[in-house]
Amino acid sequence: MTARIGVVTFPGSLDDRDTQRAIRVAGAEPVALWHKDKDLKQVDAVVLCGGFSYGDYLRAGAIARFSPVMDTVIDQAKAGMPVLGICNGFQILTEAHLLPGGMLGNDHLHFICRDQKLRVENADTAWTTDYTAGQEIHIPLKNMDGRYVADRRTLDELEAEGRVAFRYLDFNPNGSLNDIAGITNEAGNVVGLMPHPEHAVEPLIGTGRTDGLPFFTSILKKLVNA
Amino acid sequence: MSRTPLDTVEHAAATPDVELPWAELGLKKDEYERIVEILGRRPTGAELAMYSVMWSEHCSYKSSKVHLRQFGEKAPESDALLVGIGENAGVVDVGQGYAVTFKVESHNHPSYVEPYQGAATGVGGIVRDIIAMGARPVAVVDPLRFGAADHPDTKRVLPGVVAGIGGYGNCLGLPNIGGEVVFDACYQGNPLVNAGAIGVMRHEDIHLAKASGAGNKVILYGARTGGDGIGGASILASETFDDAKPSKRPAVQVGDPFQEKLLIECTLEAFKEKLVVGIQDLGAAGLSCATSELASNGSGGMRVTLDDVPLRDSTLSPEEILMSESQERMCAVVEPEKVERFLEICDKWDVIATVIGEVTDGDRLEIYWHGGKIVDVDPRTVAHDGPVYERPYARPSWQDELQADDANKLPRPETGEELKDQVLKLVGSPNQASKRWITQQYDHFVQGNTVLAQPEDSGMIRIDEASGLGVAIATDGNGRYAKLDPYAGAQLALAEAYRNVATTGAKPLAVSDCLNFGSPEDPAVMWQFAEAVRGLADGCKQLGTPVTGGNVSLYNQTGEAAIHPTPVVAVLGVIDDVARRTPVAFQEEGQLLYLLGDTREEFGGSAWSQVVHDHLGGLPPEVDLERERLLAEILISASRDGMIDSAHDLSDGGLVQAVVESALLGGKGARLVVPDGLDAFTFLFSESAGRAIVAVPRSEEVRFTDMCGARGLPATRIGVVDGDVVEVQGEFALTLEELRTAHEETIPALLA
Repeated sequence: MTARIGVVTFPGSLDDRDTQRAIRVAGAEPVALWHKDKDLKQVDAVVLCGGFSYGDYLRAGAIARFSPVMDTVIDQAKAGMPVLGICNGFQILTEAHLLPGGMLGNDHLHFICRDQKLRVENADTAWTTDYTAGQEIHIPLKNMDGRYVADRRTLDELEAEGRVAFRYLDFNPNGSLNDIAGITNEAGNVVGLMPHPEHAVEPLIGTGRTDGLPFFTSILKKLVNA
Repeated sequence: MSRTPLDTVEHAAATPDVELPWAELGLKKDEYERIVEILGRRPTGAELAMYSVMWSEHCSYKSSKVHLRQFGEKAPESDALLVGIGENAGVVDVGQGYAVTFKVESHNHPSYVEPYQGAATGVGGIVRDIIAMGARPVAVVDPLRFGAADHPDTKRVLPGVVAGIGGYGNCLGLPNIGGEVVFDACYQGNPLVNAGAIGVMRHEDIHLAKASGAGNKVILYGARTGGDGIGGASILASETFDDAKPSKRPAVQVGDPFQEKLLIECTLEAFKEKLVVGIQDLGAAGLSCATSELASNGSGGMRVTLDDVPLRDSTLSPEEILMSESQERMCAVVEPEKVERFLEICDKWDVIATVIGEVTDGDRLEIYWHGGKIVDVDPRTVAHDGPVYERPYARPSWQDELQADDANKLPRPETGEELKDQVLKLVGSPNQASKRWITQQYDHFVQGNTVLAQPEDSGMIRIDEASGLGVAIATDGNGRYAKLDPYAGAQLALAEAYRNVATTGAKPLAVSDCLNFGSPEDPAVMWQFAEAVRGLADGCKQLGTPVTGGNVSLYNQTGEAAIHPTPVVAVLGVIDDVARRTPVAFQEEGQLLYLLGDTREEFGGSAWSQVVHDHLGGLPPEVDLERERLLAEILISASRDGMIDSAHDLSDGGLVQAVVESALLGGKGARLVVPDGLDAFTFLFSESAGRAIVAVPRSEEVRFTDMCGARGLPATRIGVVDGDVVEVQGEFALTLEELRTAHEETIPALLA
């Protein structure tokens, strides 16, 4: 028995096939979802992958958030379905108000692509149980608009409630407040982060590390054991 | 405001005395007369627009053609070549039913005028060439040349070019895996922005640019046509038709990578359903090129209704529509019963698609506008029968003097301390310094198949997940060597790219090139070009790697001063299993370092002569392609049989540059001993070709040296991977920290 995990393709999505591969590598079944289709094909969880949906022309994630598929994703996420947003997916989740705060352009004004060191701050979400809290991992990061911002009160809440899931270590690549790389909602089913775990699942590819695989094994275990 | 009557074919025949602005469109008098002769009457404005742009240097290769023929005439026998020169890009068989297409092109002039858009649309154009062959693009590479690193204009051009390449390529989801960045004052005012791309397909999916089958529909799809990149056609429009039009239009096209990403997906989906008979991308010369090439390569003629072209600007004249270089457009030939499905797929991806014409029985290309026939030509005369020039060429008078100015006679460092200072100066010089500030603006990881990316010797992409089959690509070119001897310089560029592919464990298969030179009207430049082409063609023949296509960029000069002749060569290789790839970085302490090949006193054109003495003279390193082939075979065997854990080719900067790079990337130092028969300076700085360093696990040493001995490749033990210093015994030691600071801080300090 395995789990069916949907990956949404928006126009301009780039990492959809890569994310499907990562789900396969972890042992789950990837299911392609199309942005114009409200039907989630009875998947058990959804990943919103990286890319430049609609060219990111208005503001990263701002248009994708209004796609037909997102109506269902938002409803299901509120009902507890696990949703992971990676990079552009994280931006879409904040635009959809499934996660608080938002993303601005990198403080240095350049696209940045690097092997980024992170600390896992919350290993209790649907997507992080195969990590341990405090674990240090390397995950590729690549973005133009990755600077996480939120008002002071939201930041205090995130910190107080342990909802900062990942934090940049050694180097803050984009000027994110509190070095935040990823956050979770209160229920722990919705997680968003800027780095790309789907690009760290095979030993030969990319940076040669597999530190991203636990995202996909965590969710698989949760869904199979549910 | 008055409007002259539409310049139809009929009107042109009836008004033979109308003067057309052929000179303003860049045509020579005899070229115009030839057009009149072909047509048997004066051309219409639209016909003149088409001929002028298709007969330009850029599209017709009129100055270079007579030399480029050698790539075909001297082509080595190769089972790997599936599609050769002349199509949008060459196609190579890489085994297991896969074919790979790759090509390098220039976007030099636009990138100087408008760095961001010039570079961005350069990426867009090469990627459309790859899609037009039927392939999914899987990676891009960008060989770049700029003026002096500390010149103020470099700070304008470089960041814009890099942001443009990143902005477009990143948004397309194409990993950027290789290329080069070189600074030299000769490129001031003439930066070279070359862009390469690789695509992968199954053999049966290869598509060609031809329109066959009368009744088949011609579909234009992608972006609307606007007034960008029109250049000369505006003159025609304003003089012939309507004086009140806006006269200043952007000469450089504007890119929309999001639209191109949709174009890729929608085209690949149409290919998958076998809906496409022929396909052509719209790049230089826009619709003029696409219609005339599709029609001339097919069996019939073509009729196009220009009124049906979706426009961004409704005031465009027909001449402008024909010449517009608006980006992100493609033209497909589709059987009538498949048109509906084709349009459905375009609609799914929100791509505008319009039937603009059809293939006809005849052999004419006919274009209509407002009901009048404004073009009636034999498409071959537009696309293929452009002028061919045998431009005069002569070895420049200064060549002997340049070669006599021997770099081997320059003062050399005499003490360990001097050597150490010059090593630090070398690895921190702009050309030898880390380019990470630039390459980290490119996505290396997207698509999840990147095995190696810069600063590795070649970029490597996995193309089959099950078997691990992969391809590697390296681009190289050294304008300093080519200035000293263009024939040898071109071969050294080929040798370096070939060596770089083999160093990572892949077998070199085929070549693409981007030939960047000054004005062909200068006999000295033309001689450089002729020599470089001859050198490259001879070299490819000897190495057994055919040239599959490429690009020529001429007129790279400011006033009398041409750039260094800069042939940039891309070599594509294949590796059976990417798990066997060899990286640059030192992996394990205690491993033995071997220098492969012969080291001679060769400093002409070297990085050392540039950095320490600001000197360019003498002769470039000796070329020995048989040695290159042997070295490559050894590197590939050693990789396949697990005899080496890291390898790095030796090129500009010599051995010390390679050791420092491997040490910094691996975070492990090296202790080196100067071998018998060499002095420390030559050992460290010579740029003799045909060499590499490898790190050999102790358990493999005998097997490895036996192999080299049996094959006759000199292999000299020069030290061991160890500690956190790079030490040359008895001379000097530098800590990795000192080296890292020197190597990594230069570029950000100049450009950030």
